[in-house]
Amino acid sequence: MQLEYFQLIDRILDIDIAAKTIKVEARVPEHNTIFEGHFPGYPIMPGVLLIESMAQTSGWLLLALMKFERMPFLAAVKEAKMRGFVSPGELLSIDATVIHEGSGYAMTEAKVRVDGKLRSNASITFSHIPFPHPDLRVYMDAQAERIGFPQQVLLP
Amino acid sequence: MSSTFDQVATIIAETCDIPRDTITPESHAIDDLGIDSLDFLDIAFAIDKAFGIKLPLEKWTQEVNDGKATTEQYFVLKNLSARIDELVAAKGAGA
Repeated sequence: MQLEYFQLIDRILDIDIAAKTIKVEARVPEHNTIFEGHFPGYPIMPGVLLIESMAQTSGWLLLALMKFERMPFLAAVKEAKMRGFVSPGELLSIDATVIHEGSGYAMTEAKVRVDGKLRSNASITFSHIPFPHPDLRVYMDAQAERIGFPQQVLLP
Repeated sequence: MSSTFDQVATIIAETCDIPRDTITPESHAIDDLGIDSLDFLDIAFAIDKAFGIKLPLEKWTQEVNDGKATTEQYFVLKNLSARIDELVAAKGAGA
């Protein structure tokens, strides 16, 4: 997890195209300036970043389902719940499922677990459009390689 | 069995917290009811689920942007209901 670059996902463990599910993992850094303010003497991962981690997880799944032809953008977050604190150094297991694919939008449900225990969950809506700039596509390809995106899921 | 319009009106009322009795077949979802594009995604989701279809929002938006259609054709509720009926019929014919 590289918070400075908003790269919250470390590794994709599995993508199931038929089931429209994804599993990833991400380790919260031991040290980061965020924890100096959130909070002094009691560092915890901000809830908005847990939501972002679920959004990025969902985003990778949508990229896979759309064969990297369109880019998903966060549109709405519903029923986001922070069920327990997440501390520096903890390993997050995040999974997401697409519950609806509409015309130009999609909805997912995602969960964050630590040691098997649910810490956060949310229902998330994305709008998606063709990649708006070639640099973004190049960047996403590089990120896909970084986190071990399984290229075989893009095969017909 | 309720009409398509009745189902759509109920979805809009529940999704956007708009009094049901203010929603008529002549209501324009955007101009009269003040529904924005993000709220319309929730409505589209509910309609897709209720009718087992996929509202072609991107196609409609493109047609409006290209001047090939007006918003009234798709977003006045009696017209939206007619489009839904067409999509349901097309799905049934293709099944």
